[in-house]
Amino acid sequence: MDKVTIGIPRALHYYYYGTLWTSFLEELGFRVLVSPKTTKDILTSGCNLSNDEMCLSLKIYFGHVYTLESKCDYILVPRIDNYGVTEQTCTNFLGLFDMVQNFITTPLLTYNIDEAHQKHEMNEFIKLGLSLGKGKEQSKLAYIHSFKKWLKENKIRKKEESKKLNSQKIKILLVSHPYNIEDPYIGSEILKLLKNMNVEVIMAEAFISREGNKKALELSPNLYWKYNKELIGTIPLLQKQIDGILYVSSFPCALDSLVNELMLRKIKMPHLNLIVDEESGSAGMETRLESFIDILYEKREKAR
Amino acid sequence: MKKEKKLGSITFPQMGDYAIPANFLLSHILHNKIIVPKKITSRTIELGTKYSPEFVCTPFKYTLGTLLEGLENGANILIQAGGGCRYGYYAELQEQILKDLGYDFKFYNLVVAGHTDVKRIYHMMKEIDPKFHVLKGIYYLLITKQMIKYMDDIDHYIRGNIGFEVEKGSFLKLKEEMLKNFSKVNNPLKLHYLYRKYKKKFKEIKINKPNDVLKIGIIGELYTVMEPYSNYELEKELASMHIEVKRFTNVYYLLFEKHKKIKQYLKNTKKYITYQMGADAADNIGRAKELCLDRYDGIIHIKSSFCTPEISAMPIISKVCNDYHVPVIFFSFDSNTSEVGIKTRLEAFYDMLLMRRKL
Repeated sequence: MDKVTIGIPRALHYYYYGTLWTSFLEELGFRVLVSPKTTKDILTSGCNLSNDEMCLSLKIYFGHVYTLESKCDYILVPRIDNYGVTEQTCTNFLGLFDMVQNFITTPLLTYNIDEAHQKHEMNEFIKLGLSLGKGKEQSKLAYIHSFKKWLKENKIRKKEESKKLNSQKIKILLVSHPYNIEDPYIGSEILKLLKNMNVEVIMAEAFISREGNKKALELSPNLYWKYNKELIGTIPLLQKQIDGILYVSSFPCALDSLVNELMLRKIKMPHLNLIVDEESGSAGMETRLESFIDILYEKREKAR
Repeated sequence: MKKEKKLGSITFPQMGDYAIPANFLLSHILHNKIIVPKKITSRTIELGTKYSPEFVCTPFKYTLGTLLEGLENGANILIQAGGGCRYGYYAELQEQILKDLGYDFKFYNLVVAGHTDVKRIYHMMKEIDPKFHVLKGIYYLLITKQMIKYMDDIDHYIRGNIGFEVEKGSFLKLKEEMLKNFSKVNNPLKLHYLYRKYKKKFKEIKINKPNDVLKIGIIGELYTVMEPYSNYELEKELASMHIEVKRFTNVYYLLFEKHKKIKQYLKNTKKYITYQMGADAADNIGRAKELCLDRYDGIIHIKSSFCTPEISAMPIISKVCNDYHVPVIFFSFDSNTSEVGIKTRLEAFYDMLLMRRKL
């Protein structure tokens, strides 16, 4: 008999929890099918499925879900509400499961993290395992193993990124959600342009730490969005070692529109706020990036 | 010698008629001067839009505009509430924007991360006015709660019947008189008496209501639903078309009924949704189904542009309406939406409903 296949869309949470999911499901003995990297076709099918006011990242997610349809037995669509009262996520993440369920026929797998209402990650993963017909102990072990693997991977990532801080080139801190900057359609264009301009790009997402979260609360005491808090917390941590900050968000990201605006006003440092939508071409982006980097070079010359 | 600190003057954002109970509460429990926000005008929106980030949702722009106008009129204490979605974070950014503009003020946020802390609010009140007394505060808070309930109750009746009044403007005239008298009360009995009196008066207003009127339900994002200027007085427009309107969202619902009702809504819509989707999204899906089952002729869903929870609810609402064969129309309001465009679409929707009736 064939193994049960579980599809994972390569968008949104995948960039946070991808390793956790794949190793958890593989350890339980399932075949995991991750959707291919974003292409123009995926985006178009996502756009057709979604409302025109939804954010670009969500449209891409829908496209990925659509490509997985009828290719696998289940699709994993989690609902991640919050990790505590002051650690909430975007409202799109809350409604994700219900939105997807209404246009797809393949059965969905889900787990619901809502720590404000005592729905914790481990219990939810055990429930997920149980719903797939696996034992409680087995699921728990699989979760613990994959969680350790996930932590280790993050640590290695941080180490690699930290090396870049010693570079003599112009250093830019790139503040963006991983599902935006690592997505081939949104972020890779920007990364390629920056690489050609010979600057060191430091990803803020790799430096998430508890210390940073505390610093984020100094900048913005009421901030209650987990992912944004983690990102802006890295700015005060690294501020002295970088030359400029580049904010990248997808159009129209609800949380970034407020938080990034506040950061632009509060942090006095050269910065550029790039907003990507499905129509933005690389030419306009290139000019803006070029002039931003010219400013950084000039500033460094003056300091000497 | 102890130096007496001068008390600041307070202002708060404008939303519908609710400035009256808010003013009532604040003026009774605090000794500060209160600057009641004026009705929203095009200038308010212009001001708000000018200083707001580009793709923030529209209530941000409206409330920023009213706060700016309050500051211009001499206020130096601003009070902002917060909610479940992006609304909870408004206060912090608005404070920064206004400070960057060079105003000198203190900003108080009642709700942080969707949660209210009684102790924190007590300290806040003490800071605004050192003479603040708790018992007095609770007493007037209860009266205000009752006042909001009565206001919403009367509004509910008005919405159902204003389209059929014989003498034009009679409902609104009486309502204005009622609100004026409401703001003068100082004990619950008087308030109750006034409510009974005006309810009777409203029932006595002559209406010419046929049995088979068109019925429309309005659902959507809370600020746009409740602030008439932000939806271009949609309810008035519907009244002029002689339509009975039902609306669910009001302040009383949001503060005191939501936590009970939401469970019921989720239960009723099990087929479509499993979880809450932030702000009023799940409520609106439940309401849409309720309206379909009550055989309403049509549903109007309104929201401000970029309201994320409502955007995620929209595809599901249209699926519900599709299953029950009830027409639904979606309006998205921004600071520069053209009023004519909305009107044309509304008229077309109205014609379609009439035609469906004839079939």
